[in-house]
Amino acid sequence: MRVVVDHVSKTYTDRGGRSVDALRDVAFTVEAEEFVALLGPSGCGKSTLLNVIAGLLAPTRGGVWFDGARADGARGANARALSAMVFQEFALFPWRTAQKNIEFGLEEAGVPAAERATRARHYIELTGLAGFETRYPHQLSGGMRQRVGIARALAVEPAVLLMDEPFSALDAQTRQLMQEELLGIWDRTRKTILYVTHNIQEAVYMADRVIVLSRRPGEVLADVPIELERPRTEQMAGEPAFVQAAERIWGLIKAQAWAAIAE
Amino acid sequence: MTRLAVEDRTRFLIRRDHPWWRVLAVVGILVVWELFARIGWVPVLFLPSPIGVLREGADMIVSGEIAMHVAASLRRLVLGFAVGAALGISVGIAVGFFSIAEAVGTPVIAATFPIPKIALLPLLILWLGIGEASKVAVIALGVFFPMAINTYTGVRQADPLLVRAAVAFGARRWSVIRKVMLPSALPMIFAGLRLGAGTALLLLVAAEMIAVESGIGFLVLHAGNLMQTTKLMVGIVLLSLLGVLSHWSLNRLERVAISWRQDH
Repeated sequence: MRVVVDHVSKTYTDRGGRSVDALRDVAFTVEAEEFVALLGPSGCGKSTLLNVIAGLLAPTRGGVWFDGARADGARGANARALSAMVFQEFALFPWRTAQKNIEFGLEEAGVPAAERATRARHYIELTGLAGFETRYPHQLSGGMRQRVGIARALAVEPAVLLMDEPFSALDAQTRQLMQEELLGIWDRTRKTILYVTHNIQEAVYMADRVIVLSRRPGEVLADVPIELERPRTEQMAGEPAFVQAAERIWGLIKAQAWAAIAE
Repeated sequence: MTRLAVEDRTRFLIRRDHPWWRVLAVVGILVVWELFARIGWVPVLFLPSPIGVLREGADMIVSGEIAMHVAASLRRLVLGFAVGAALGISVGIAVGFFSIAEAVGTPVIAATFPIPKIALLPLLILWLGIGEASKVAVIALGVFFPMAINTYTGVRQADPLLVRAAVAFGARRWSVIRKVMLPSALPMIFAGLRLGAGTALLLLVAAEMIAVESGIGFLVLHAGNLMQTTKLMVGIVLLSLLGVLSHWSLNRLERVAISWRQDH
């Protein structure tokens, strides 16, 4: 299964008829079991692109394809989603407990209650939420909340996991730990992940490939492969491959980031 | 060199609980009132003494008069409230979610909302007859508007991020309404219920002053006509208790329904 982003452009038009190009002719593919980071300065349309892939926004031109995905639209126990999103602001339902949040997508897919509970159980264990099932989101720390967000997305067993700056609302230490945690989860599930971030260190540390987007209108500037072994460790931040990749990416977007500040 | 201690300068801002003052206020007013009545400065016809009211109330409980009036009033109140709240919530959700319903609903509600509902009672009597239906209808109407407006506001205030998250996880229209819009609107819905409860009580009393033989409103009006001031006061106390009771039960209900909220 691979995700093909096929020359996607997105133009927003406001009521006054003025139009803004958010994305211009973005094309790349994400292979099965690949961890790809999508990186760019703020306002490069990263989130727009993710929403297009998630089917939450129609592109102006181009399209997104899932090659090799079953198109049977299965409901019930065998339901699998094409994609599932992990949101920057968590977007958990405050009136649902952790477990009920995780079961949300399964409910909508028509999975029977017993099967929902079993699957939720599995992902609760996987994301380290055991013991917190009955808590409401406001009773959880930021890190725990995003674990719920990740478990909720994994529970629908999507072909690709879309993550929109999932840890940027967390404090620096929690973020570091959650990155490790996610790499561990990825290792165990081998889920295809498309990970949006503006943090170069984070992208290089986690991803197999980093796709660098330009400022608005977002275009693919480079597709940087990260030649680091797995499993990744914090110590790799000192390795030449890490430093070179990070420097190359910074070189690509530094001028654009300056321009973004001046805007 | 002298040492100056740093003092808490916010002390005068602290708001303390004064449990004794609360009790003292209520007891004090009752005592002064009783004294006035005893001394005879105010004729009992205008202001009966608290103890007299209490005694009259006890007699009316024994005779079953209170039970009869309260039962009649409660039936109208609960029925009207339930119908008005159910309709108001449904209309509020529809207007909040469907753009056509919003286009139709907002001007209609804006035009009819300011009408004092009591003015519609004669019209309702014309339509529904002088019996129970018109009384229940006027209460329902009074509850409908705050419910519809509050539900609408609550639905419109639903976090778009949560709506998007629901859609991202496969929710269709009804799921979004039931699982996102409705729980989001719950705090506003309860605020509406509270507003509605006050209006309902007002309209109940007004409606019970026209062509009825029972109900607290009737009790008050009838006792007034016969200059039975003590009985009239019993009716007023009953209304106060009814108001306190509805407020209290709504609070309990809200605590159960919105148990997930931070401030509980």
